[in-house]
Amino acid sequence: MGDKITLQVTRYRPEEESSATVQEYEVPCPKDWVVLDGLNYIKDRLDGSLTYRWSCRMGICGSCGMTVNGEPKLTCETFLSEYGHGPVKVEPLRNFPVIRDLVVEIGDFMRKLVSVKPWIIRNKEKLLSDGEYLQTPDELDEYKQFGMCINCMLCYSACPIYGLEPGFIGPAAIALAQRYNLDSRDEGSAERLEVLSEHDGIWGCTFVGECTEVCPKHVDPAGAIQRYKLTAALDNLKSFVIPKSAR
Amino acid sequence: MAPTHDVLLVGGGGAGLRAAIAIAETNPRLRVAVVSKVYPMRSHTVSAEGGAAGVARSDDSFDEHAYDTISGGDWMSDQDAVEAFVTEAPQELLRLEHWGCPWSREPDGRVAVRPFGGMKKMRTWFAADKTGFHLLHTLFQTSLKYTSVVRYDEWFVTKLLVDDGRVQGVVAIELMSGKVEAITASAVIICTGGCGRVFPFTTNANIKNGDGMALAYRAGAPLKDMEFVQYHPTGLPFTGILITEAARAEGGLLINKDGYRYLQDYNLGKPEPKPVFRSMELGPRDRLSQAFMQEVAKGRTIDTPYGPVVHLDLRHLGKKIITTKLPLVRELCLKYEALDPITDLIPVRPVVHYMMGGVHTDMNGATPLEGLYAAGEAACVSINGANRLGSNSLTELLVFGARAGRAAADYASTAKDSTPAVVAQAKDEQRRLDRDFLRKEGGHERLATLRVEMQKTMETSAGIYRTGDALARGVDQLRSLQDRMCTVSLDDRSRTFNTERIAALEFAFMLDVAEAIATSALRREESRGAHQRTDFPARDDERFLAHSLAHRDADGSCRIEYTPVTITRWPPAERVYGR
Repeated sequence: MGDKITLQVTRYRPEEESSATVQEYEVPCPKDWVVLDGLNYIKDRLDGSLTYRWSCRMGICGSCGMTVNGEPKLTCETFLSEYGHGPVKVEPLRNFPVIRDLVVEIGDFMRKLVSVKPWIIRNKEKLLSDGEYLQTPDELDEYKQFGMCINCMLCYSACPIYGLEPGFIGPAAIALAQRYNLDSRDEGSAERLEVLSEHDGIWGCTFVGECTEVCPKHVDPAGAIQRYKLTAALDNLKSFVIPKSAR
Repeated sequence: MAPTHDVLLVGGGGAGLRAAIAIAETNPRLRVAVVSKVYPMRSHTVSAEGGAAGVARSDDSFDEHAYDTISGGDWMSDQDAVEAFVTEAPQELLRLEHWGCPWSREPDGRVAVRPFGGMKKMRTWFAADKTGFHLLHTLFQTSLKYTSVVRYDEWFVTKLLVDDGRVQGVVAIELMSGKVEAITASAVIICTGGCGRVFPFTTNANIKNGDGMALAYRAGAPLKDMEFVQYHPTGLPFTGILITEAARAEGGLLINKDGYRYLQDYNLGKPEPKPVFRSMELGPRDRLSQAFMQEVAKGRTIDTPYGPVVHLDLRHLGKKIITTKLPLVRELCLKYEALDPITDLIPVRPVVHYMMGGVHTDMNGATPLEGLYAAGEAACVSINGANRLGSNSLTELLVFGARAGRAAADYASTAKDSTPAVVAQAKDEQRRLDRDFLRKEGGHERLATLRVEMQKTMETSAGIYRTGDALARGVDQLRSLQDRMCTVSLDDRSRTFNTERIAALEFAFMLDVAEAIATSALRREESRGAHQRTDFPARDDERFLAHSLAHRDADGSCRIEYTPVTITRWPPAERVYGR
């Protein structure tokens, strides 16, 4: 426990101040401590008013995303030791309104998620008594990676388009739409395409690829978006050639 | 006055979302509210790994699943509830399949099943080793299509409103604004999960504080079988991160410092090269965690800065099995232990994982308090008895989440208006939340100090092995921590997203729950399942084949009563593993 490291934490208390400030704290940095352990040390011992979200501390609940030394990270799996002697700058995720300190408002994503209809859509549902939909391991692999999204918002924080154009539906929501489109049980891709082909949908993305780079679960939203663009373009083309009723 | 909602769910994890969907499907006109202190997809169901049990193959039967569950629970399970559970389990898991859950598959496209601890047949459905994650996200995303379900995301419930002998809603704080509101409803379902955070070393997320258990307990509903606390045998040291039982189901071995498969010394069978059902590494969790403690006593464990450990050996499984069936195990080991299970041994030790006990309910999730229901880990039906089998809990939250949802929907369809008294109660609560937290004066102790003391007390007195003396001391210490609550000094005075106030409220909930655990454990003078008393080492069916019910008396103290266990077709017998 001998070594210490400095955390430079962004504070913002809307009831007391009109803009954010930076506060420095010294915390221990044993080799198995993550950034979140440092924040918990501050909250428990130094300053109970420091505000941030966290829960599972095993990289699966998606609560503790923050900007660490300029990069969007899950703080429960980002080790202090990665930053040498420090200091480590901890800021809220970018591209979101800040509620307080390190807590951002993600209501926009929650609304966008619903808009892409992230559930199985069928023309006719199978009865339970008829058993499962058969799905081979290969069919499962088609969509599985896009279903690994933990909604941690790191991709939105990294996305330059979302930063400029908040109407952009964004990487995670598109990846999740694609997760259902590619599921052999689903028949809803046409419905989702209507939402996604709009200006704020996939066309907003210029394929910068930052989303895929920062994704802690290797979901590859950029890949989902590109694949989707192709489908949409083909669909668009078809609409000139084949009447909708015949498609 | 008509209540704002027909059914209100406290908690938006697996049980809450399954209940919400059940209500929406039972009666789309009912107005459903999901009130959760976190966004639903952050709920702790997300961390479940190994799978969900339900009979799936022709060589299996409901009776065998029932027997495994009942013997696994050391005959404390209510057998009528278990029979309903095993019968409804497959259709619930199938329903999840229809909703899009990415269950792992056989080459022919059928849902795959794997073995699990204490289970005699392969019946655990799984989505690699992220079953809870996929199950929760499937439920959450599916719930989004029901427009009758409204959500209160990041609202923290502080109190149940009770008048006229029935629950009529809740008081809750909206985290973002700090505003405190009464949210009225004809029926309330508690789906807040467990309380692992009353212990220092747990797989449970930071949000697992027994909120719902304490809410019900304070409102007058008893807590059942709280003395039965499950230690999972394989947690990573320091973090307490769970290494799923599926690792052993796939063939992982537990070895001590001499490389010896020590479980063979504890009446769990003989070491075989391949996994054998209900034997050795596939024994029940209580017995495996107890065996670890015996190994510590014999000096055959490995010392680390974070306490003694044994090793979980997966190396012989090879890269393919590990990366396809246990990807999360590998990911967690690489990240948090800087080791690769393909080539390295994994250090593990028992870790608090699950509460068999919870809010006392019947088979439909109804508590003795009118209008109040509970489901999932927060509830105790009881199917898990004195020790839950791995992969029964995800299924439980589906089966009983749905049952509680349907029962609450029926009740809410006929319920009455809310009474004026609840408005006054809500005002009082509003004042308390201001006075005792935002405007609290003085105090000198840090909240974290008291929390650590509570956790140490629980580990010392109510751990894997317990004695009457230690438990009695534990109960006293918990009482004195209750008194010391008023000496806490709080730093945070603001309303906006005040997490310190929430932490203090959670701590108060945890103290109540901890006292119920310790008191129930003190009164149960026998050893059964996960409750092991070294001063009463034998099971005592004569005196204790009964569920404990912890009631909160007017002075805040905990009073224990008992109610019989329901036995239908499986009379109490010896628990046999490995032979």
